[in-house]
Amino acid sequence: MAKHKNVLPGFNLTLGYTLLYLSLIVLIPLSAAFIKTTELSFDEFWSVVTAPRVLASYKLTFGASLIGALINAVFGLLTAWVLVRYTFPGKKIIDALVDLPFALPTAVAGIALTAVYAGNGWLGSLLEPHGIKVAFTPIGVIIALTFIGLPFVVRTVQPVLEDLEAETEEAAASLGANRFQTFTKVILPTLWPALLTGFALAFARAIGEYGSVIFIAGNVPFVSEITPLIIITKLEQYEYSSATAIAVVMLVISFLLLFAINGLQWWATRRNGSSY
Amino acid sequence: MSNSSSSQYSNYQNKVSHSRATSEPAWIRWVLIITTLLFLSLFLFVPLVAVFTEALRKGFDTYITALTDPDALSAIKLTLIAAAIAVPLNLVFGVAAAWAIAKFEFKGKSILITLIDLPFAVSPVIAGLIYVLIFGLQGWFGSYLSDHDFKVIFAIPGIVLATIFVTFPFIARELIPLMQAQGKDEEEAGLVLGASGWQILWRITLPNIKWGLLYGVILTNARAMGEFGAVSVVSGHIRGLTNTMPLHVEILYNEYNYSAAFAVASLLALLALVTLVLKSFVEWKVARNASNNEHNS
Repeated sequence: MAKHKNVLPGFNLTLGYTLLYLSLIVLIPLSAAFIKTTELSFDEFWSVVTAPRVLASYKLTFGASLIGALINAVFGLLTAWVLVRYTFPGKKIIDALVDLPFALPTAVAGIALTAVYAGNGWLGSLLEPHGIKVAFTPIGVIIALTFIGLPFVVRTVQPVLEDLEAETEEAAASLGANRFQTFTKVILPTLWPALLTGFALAFARAIGEYGSVIFIAGNVPFVSEITPLIIITKLEQYEYSSATAIAVVMLVISFLLLFAINGLQWWATRRNGSSY
Repeated sequence: MSNSSSSQYSNYQNKVSHSRATSEPAWIRWVLIITTLLFLSLFLFVPLVAVFTEALRKGFDTYITALTDPDALSAIKLTLIAAAIAVPLNLVFGVAAAWAIAKFEFKGKSILITLIDLPFAVSPVIAGLIYVLIFGLQGWFGSYLSDHDFKVIFAIPGIVLATIFVTFPFIARELIPLMQAQGKDEEEAGLVLGASGWQILWRITLPNIKWGLLYGVILTNARAMGEFGAVSVVSGHIRGLTNTMPLHVEILYNEYNYSAAFAVASLLALLALVTLVLKSFVEWKVARNASNNEHNS
């Protein structure tokens, strides 16, 4: 593209406004969290963020988020495949409903999942006779985190699958590959970046999630208490510094994930040879 | 006309290209379809249906009573107010940010885009917490605000701020790639013909991006009305005053008033369904415009 002097107006105004608004709403408030933490000495900070109850909450939050994201990676890929490749009645409606977790308020999702998976609920009453308790256990947390991460993998894999050229599959088939080989050796490798991106997005979303989890989790300390809930509990007890210390730990992890996701997307566009 | 015949052609092409060699046997197809439907039922459809059946379990009269309760009405009002402030503010920001990023080259652009994405990576609970640290009684401006008798935390301004934060990136993210793809030829043509900056914005840019803009507004609005975690931290849960609809759902639920909780929840679920319908409509419209443009050029 030829470089020429830009003549369009409004650069200073729009960039200035963007930076001002971004600073006021996002950057300055977020920096408040980091500045507040400096009120604690390092030892105090460390003892707050590694207290046994807090450690147990990290384990649950990250463990359940990871399992939820893995479930979504498998079933999201399957859903994307079925939606792109096959035709069946009601497909359009189902395609639209995949985005429900984006549109449904998390509190509504939380009480709905609890109603369904509680001991007297539609699905809970089927599972409990078999000794599977979902609501008010870590399994409930996994269910809620799977729900809120569901659209990510589907929506990142779907467009890549749609753009896949039929010719490569035909070539694989004509070279004697069976359908399973074509899938694992030809189709899956092109899907990897999108699949990983969707997985990372679902995981990142899940670790910060609060609304859909607290109703179904039961919130038993050391068992089913997620880290965001610990932050809220500390706030309600006016322990602002310790609440902020835990928040800073989560912020740092979230930012690292965000950079990882950006890197993944850059890799994905480069690999798929998009013209940028 | 050419549009419909070409889609028939591509259907035909699909059928041919996905013949035996590049498709699965029918039984595998159906196993995969049924597994998918089962998974989506367990996680999506059953909970969605449960909201409405639980809401109407005690009859239609109880449902209406729950929704016309003064506390419910004030929660609905506050939710509408918060969205009515947050959506336009983020709309103006989104257009400004997309204009600067898509139409100009400058250093640090990719850092700026990443920074705009930050609120997506922040837990809603932390989004609420940071405003408490600034405007709360012990916060940076806490004593100043209480001297001037202005409440932000445990009051409506805090709820609005938290809502703006969690919906911050939606419109900008929708518009930046769209405006980058459209380039700036049309705007420059307008400039050459003597249009002012505002005329270019109103007559050229906005008509070009209207569907993307609408898409962003729909998503922003859904999130603004449904936000729970961030708003919960800054609201203080004062009934009739600082309760939004999602917070009202929580209070009713914790009081074991399940049918009322699900009644208010069903309104939010309806909002989510309307959002999905509008979203699909915009996607359909954009796809149609794109294919029309392809045929015209």
